[in-house]
Parts: sequence; structure tokens; C-alpha cells
Amino acid sequence: MHELSLCEDLMNQVTALAKEHQAEKVVRIVVRIGPLSGIEARLLESAFTISRAGTLAEDAELVTEEQPVCVLCNVCGTESAACVNQLICASCGSCDTKLLSGDELILARVELENPD
Amino acid sequence: MCNTCGCNVTSGNRHLLFTAPPQKLVTAVSVLSNLLKHNDEQAELNRAKFDANGVLAINLMSSPGSGKTALLEATIRQLKDKISIAVIEGDLETENDAERIRAQGVPAYQITTGTACHLDAHLIQHALEHLDLAKIDLLFIENVGNLVCPASFDLGHHRNITLLSVTEGDDKPAKYPVMFRAADLMLITKTDLLPYLDDFSTEKAERCQRQLASHSPVLTLSSRSGEGLAGWLQWLEQEVGDHKARIQRQQTLRPQIQPDGNSLHIQNPETHFRPIKQVG
Repeated sequence: MHELSLCEDLMNQVTALAKEHQAEKVVRIVVRIGPLSGIEARLLESAFTISRAGTLAEDAELVTEEQPVCVLCNVCGTESAACVNQLICASCGSCDTKLLSGDELILARVELENPD
Repeated sequence: MCNTCGCNVTSGNRHLLFTAPPQKLVTAVSVLSNLLKHNDEQAELNRAKFDANGVLAINLMSSPGSGKTALLEATIRQLKDKISIAVIEGDLETENDAERIRAQGVPAYQITTGTACHLDAHLIQHALEHLDLAKIDLLFIENVGNLVCPASFDLGHHRNITLLSVTEGDDKPAKYPVMFRAADLMLITKTDLLPYLDDFSTEKAERCQRQLASHSPVLTLSSRSGEGLAGWLQWLEQEVGDHKARIQRQQTLRPQIQPDGNSLHIQNPETHFRPIKQVG
């Protein structure tokens, strides 16, 4: 359960961006999370309700976009969906694959409200 | 005229009801940065410090009780005359592990995290103030025993080693894919207990590891009996030598923490090698 410390890092980045853009407040924060990142979206959301208190993001909405687990086979070149503990090619069954998505832990977008 | 159906709204007073509050301007900023940016920046500084001093830093991760400290004791006994070693210990409480390491005659610094379930780059930065890196070739960081959180934090180290003791079960890589995918080397420990267990297959453990698309070497050993230690010591000595050569070429090495998929989405994908920066 390290979602709270992660959330503090997130809040630092978001409030720095808000200041940089002279925003009055943060309206929406969009993060992309893959199941192989080790972060639970649900836990991040509850940590967010604690971390946002007293910041420019106090009324912000946190949107988590969960990313699918997807691999590219180094043997046959097929791109396929995979399971978190079976990162194997769906076409030829090889374990020699490269992860295309599924381990994201990304702050994708911040929506800021500017003064009039 | 009533307050129910809206017949009290007339062309004369309509504007009072439907005047929207003045719209504020909303700007969307695309960011695409790693959520752990703050940690990762400190990790880079730690790594630059290790590299400037020619230190190879290795992060040991596993469940509590899988034999990390025992492995370090056995390793130090064998290698301390050849390689200068130091250890950073991470635990929630007590100085016990650092004392065990100091008893082997090498410096150790104990981080007690209180309630935190993992080490992070800032905790390592503080610990480094207590060690003389110029006198060290090989630094082990024994992470908090936990198969979940430590995998997500770059400490500035160069290699991740994940231990799996035979009493934990051979399907651990399938149960904790995030941790085992991060391993640069998987060590199956406590193999002296295998004769007492009829349900642990080292082949199955390795198969579970391969199903995570991991090419990490898998070594088996027992710190207690010394069985398999030679292969592990050889791997270590090779790594220390390779790292010195890498630093000569102005290169460094990152552990398997930076996720491949992640870098595909970041505007400036991170590379595995970078010029070494001198720090303070």
C-alpha cells in the first residue's frame, strides 16, 4: 500500500503545473495505470481524497484510465492481449515477448481553471 | 402563477433565472510524465553518485524471511577480501540486520522505515550520508521484506535481485508478477530444505518466471550449506567488473524498473545509458 506516497508525488507535480500556468484551481487530473505498474486504481483514488485536501486540487476529479496488458511477440511478430502473469504470445505461445502496454504509471493530463 | 410548472417564468424575468455563472477558462495541459517523477529524479542523483565513486549498487528484494540477510552474511564471508562491500538495511524496526552485517566486518547502515513498506530514493540519499562511497566497490541495499511495493521504486541502484525461498512455493512469480518481472536475477534460496518439501519444483518456478517474458538468469543456492554459492559469487564478481568497465566508457546501467510500455508513452523515451554527471 504505497498509493498514498505515490499520490503525494502526484500532487507535487500537479500543483507545480497549476502554479506554472497561474491557474486558480485544478479541475481534473487524468492518470493512466496498467495492472503491471503495481498500483491499484481504487486505492489511488482513495489516497487522492486525502492528498488533495488543502491544495489547489481540492475539488478536482481524478480520472484513472486503466490500460490493457498487450505484448508484441519477438518470434512471430503478433501483437496480442495477455494476462498479467502469462505474458506470452497468444498466437505461437512464445515467452519471448516485449510488453507494449500494461505497466503505465503516467500523469497524462491536467485540466486547470484560470482566473478571468 | 405557481412554483411547480414554471408558469411564473415570463419573458420579463427569464434572464434572472437562466443567467449561467460566468464561465471560467479551463486549460488542459498534456503532461505524460511518470507519476513517480519526484522519486525518480532523486534516484538519478543517487545513481550519479554511485557512478562517480565506481560503486555497483544492488537492490535485494523478497518476502520477509526468505534469507536476504543470511545470503549477505555468506557472501561477505567469501568476498570481503577481494571486494570492498557495504550494506544498507531496510526494516520497519530494529537494528538487528545491520548488527549481523557489521559482525562480518563490513560497514552497514540501518534504515528503519516505521510503517513504510518499501525504501525510496530519498531514504537512500540520507543513508548515503553515513557511508564513505569512495571506499566501496559493491553496495547491497536490502529492501524491506515485501513482494509488492519495493518493485515500483527506483533507488538509483543498478541491479534488482529477487529471492524466492523454497518454502514459499514455486508459483510465487505468477502470484507477484510485478515484483518478479523487475528481477535482473532470480535467486532460489534455502535449497538445503528441498529434501523436506515434496511440492517445490525449481523447474516450475523458472517456468513461471519465463511466462513473465523475463530473461533473467535463475540461480539456486543455500546460504547455510554453501551449495550453489559459487555460481552466485561468480555472477557478482562478473557484475562488479563489468560495472567498472561500463563507468570507464562513461555509461551506466538501470535496473528493470523503468517499464518498457511506460517509455513508449513518454515523449522522450528514457534510454538505458546516459553520460555520467558529477554530483557535489
